[in-house]
Amino acid sequence: MTRIAEYKSSRELVSNLTLRELRGRYKRSMLGWGWSLLNPLASVIIYTIVFSVFLKIKPPVGDPSGLDVFALFLLCGLIPWNLFATGVMGGLSSLVVNGNLIKKVYFPRELLVASTIFALVVTALIEFGVLLVMLLIWGNMVIPWIPMLLVLIVIETTFVLGIALAMSVWNVYFRDLEHLTTILIQVIFYMTPIVYPIRFVPDTAEILGMTIPVGAIYRLNPMVEFVGAFRNVLYDLTFPSLDSMAYMTGWAIGAFVFGLYMFNKLEGRIAEEV
Amino acid sequence: MSETAAVTVDDVWKKFRLYHERNQSLKAAVMRGRRARYTEFDAVKGVTFEVPKGTTFGIIGENGSGKSTLLKCVARILRPDRGSITTHGKISALLELGAGFHPELSGRENVFLNGAILGLSKKQLTERFDEIVDFAGLEQFIDTPVKNYSSGMYVRLGFSVAINVDPDILLVDEVLAVGDESFQRKCSEKFAELKEHGKTIVVVSHGLAVMRTLCDSLALLDHGNLVKVGPAGEVVDHYLGDVHEDRVADGDHGSRWGSGEALINAIELLDRDGHPVTTVRTGDPVTFRFHYDLSTPIEQPVFGMEIHTIDGVQVTGPNTKEAGLVPDRLEGSGHVDLQVDRLLLVRGIYDVSASLLDHACLHAYDVRHRAFRFDVERGEPAEQFGSVSLGGSWSVPSAEVVR
Repeated sequence: MTRIAEYKSSRELVSNLTLRELRGRYKRSMLGWGWSLLNPLASVIIYTIVFSVFLKIKPPVGDPSGLDVFALFLLCGLIPWNLFATGVMGGLSSLVVNGNLIKKVYFPRELLVASTIFALVVTALIEFGVLLVMLLIWGNMVIPWIPMLLVLIVIETTFVLGIALAMSVWNVYFRDLEHLTTILIQVIFYMTPIVYPIRFVPDTAEILGMTIPVGAIYRLNPMVEFVGAFRNVLYDLTFPSLDSMAYMTGWAIGAFVFGLYMFNKLEGRIAEEV
Repeated sequence: MSETAAVTVDDVWKKFRLYHERNQSLKAAVMRGRRARYTEFDAVKGVTFEVPKGTTFGIIGENGSGKSTLLKCVARILRPDRGSITTHGKISALLELGAGFHPELSGRENVFLNGAILGLSKKQLTERFDEIVDFAGLEQFIDTPVKNYSSGMYVRLGFSVAINVDPDILLVDEVLAVGDESFQRKCSEKFAELKEHGKTIVVVSHGLAVMRTLCDSLALLDHGNLVKVGPAGEVVDHYLGDVHEDRVADGDHGSRWGSGEALINAIELLDRDGHPVTTVRTGDPVTFRFHYDLSTPIEQPVFGMEIHTIDGVQVTGPNTKEAGLVPDRLEGSGHVDLQVDRLLLVRGIYDVSASLLDHACLHAYDVRHRAFRFDVERGEPAEQFGSVSLGGSWSVPSAEVVR
């Protein structure tokens, strides 16, 4: 009750902290905000050369859009992935990085995690904006799909925020969580169909003489659904399946509730431990 | 909990963990099967007090007494393990000035950011922006990134934002000494203004003299325990007696400490004829005489004396070092005199303290704190307010006044 009132009155603080993140990020750099676009651009060039030119991976043809461009196929998965990866990593370290603030001023500490994530959402929105323009140039009429895109971003943000809330407090107590997470993120990246189409993943595989349902296990990863849903909306121009929506929303709410619970449980001593 | 309390601290306990292993890594925790081993240490042990609304309340104590911890608990930065802290009104804490400044952002951007952290809305900040910048005296530099600020400019801006939050309760930790002299004066004026407007101030400091004049009441902490709460003068005296573990009672109301190679045997007040007295009049010529007895010769001793009013306010504190009278070496016994041509104390009861210190005034051979009490009666000038007369004489050019 009091906590919710506190969140309400902190809206302004969240926007200020978010602005601080954003303004501080590219201050004193020559390209400024250009960097936030150069980064995905570099990834797109590298992945396109390696996977499309060298390995000759053919992107699936968008259904019903008929789009057939590897770089766009890649970006439709890469931008939501980046939001997840940078959100988890940034949120994870947000309390430790702002330790000085935590030790000296009182305000709801969740806001630090939230503002870090929100700043990354703003970056993602800019990236999505550029992607939308590119899609339009290649003939994908994505404008009617923008509301659906925003819905997906909200669900993914909730999901990432939940994970980040839990991990940020754990990280105060176990600093090497950061290094562990870096590795995990890399593993999940290749366990998600971002640089390759999902049809490359077999349904079953024979490992040590046993038949393993690889496809089903692979699909447990919520990021598979997220990347798939963003591609549905942007690349294929179709609605994600209801199952998929329910699965993502379930993960998002679950992660958020779990994250808030963990945060409130462990937050008591962070000013001493950070 | 009473209605008039701005802050109620009720049986607050705060434990800290002292870890035995330096690094808290996941690997170490997994290997051990649990988290790092630690011992618990009570920083605050069951402290209870109330800060009435509109008063200035100080917390004093030695390093490690738990005073800053307690203040952080009131500021909600730390969460007490047991007990409760209730506050009424908006709190602003001056714990570290400029905490949360982003070095790459300009002063202007940081004012808005810091203000928001301290709970001001954008509208309020826009209204107060000029005042904040003006108070900090940084008009020229407000669009410069704060990383290019000097440390003085940095804390001035931090202080200015924090104090302009217009809190009901202001928490201050050792930040009274900020900036140069003119800024210090502005700070004191601001504090006085806040007091006048009925704001509650809670201060933590080592500066006893400041605390005595600034605070209405004080709490004295020792190793996490609350030793004494009460009027400022009383608590400071208690503390001054307390920090010297070898102290003994001296007379009815004084205390005494020191290493004892040299002793002040007696304190005397002599009237104009050289007779020892305990009552004098304002304006009388008097001599304060301190009898010493040195068991070993002492290099460059310094004699000092202090006069306090009965409620503990220091009136004066001259010493022989300031007067340029330090003998190279002193032995045996004898006396030193402080001759006063006109005693300009207003009528009342006063205590004399005497001290015999080494040249650096760090080592005390013998200190007799408030060991001699005397009365001042009405004399010439015939004044009754305050403690000290200026010894001036009024002139009223009556002809002009009438017209």
